[in-house]
Amino acid sequence: MRELALHLLDIAENSISARARRIDLGVEEDTRQDILRMYVQDDGIGMDEQMVARVVDPFVTSRTTRKVGLGIPLLKAAAEACNGSLIIASTPGKGTRVDVTFQRSHIDRMPLGDIAATVFSLVIGSPQVNWVFRYRVDSEEFVFDDALIKAELNGMPMTEPGILTFIRQMIYEGVVGVQSIANKV
Amino acid sequence: MPAVKSLEDLRRLREEALEKRKAKTTTSSIQVIVGMGTVGIAAGARETLKAILEYIEINKLTDIIVRQTGNLGMDSWEPIVQVIIGESPVVTYGKVTPDVARRIMKDHIVGGNIVKEYTIES
Repeated sequence: MRELALHLLDIAENSISARARRIDLGVEEDTRQDILRMYVQDDGIGMDEQMVARVVDPFVTSRTTRKVGLGIPLLKAAAEACNGSLIIASTPGKGTRVDVTFQRSHIDRMPLGDIAATVFSLVIGSPQVNWVFRYRVDSEEFVFDDALIKAELNGMPMTEPGILTFIRQMIYEGVVGVQSIANKV
Repeated sequence: MPAVKSLEDLRRLREEALEKRKAKTTTSSIQVIVGMGTVGIAAGARETLKAILEYIEINKLTDIIVRQTGNLGMDSWEPIVQVIIGESPVVTYGKVTPDVARRIMKDHIVGGNIVKEYTIES
């Protein structure tokens, strides 16, 4: 994975697999504190302590009862290589939150990448979830909550061409808006 | 959050979509499913999904269900796209780059001809 936006997509897929009905995604960049933070919070089935430990480091245990991928361990390694961290908090039956931080200016910190494409893919590809996306760079913030859109559409699929354009433009313009103001600082 | 004007735009778009769907002559349901497990994402599945949605937008195709799913268990073939049209059996495609996705949309979804070059057993 060469973009943080792809890692975010990967973690969000875990939340979908956990049968979440609402997933909050966030990216926060603080240029003064030199921190880049990402989070994914869901209301899915959650995990017990043992499962969390296994998700973060699948090589520690010899148990093979559940399949665990390398997405989280790789992201954790990437964060730690940038003076950052990856923390998972989870409660069975309630949900899970993954927080990842990086030293924003670290030379090894991979680019954020196409975050709009990640959000667009999730919103369109998994419409059973209420997606809430927050993107903040210092004091500039863009918030996208698909609940209002879905209420307005009232059952009409988002994959209808005109509606696809509307949603795509809303997400891309929001992201570009934050990034363009941030770059002027 | 959408301004009032934007929500009105959306309402109008919904009406237009309703009209288009009513005018549609064929009734077969079309589903396009993109695998989005870790390996799929690393192989470029997000770009594949993007190309499919772009094709729908540009060619104004109506009534196509597009979904993503988790790992399909065929890691070496990622990115994977499955096409289900009406009652026909699932067609599974492997190594679907954005270019291959566009071909599948054109030849299979619109043209009705499976792109055998890229199909795999599922």
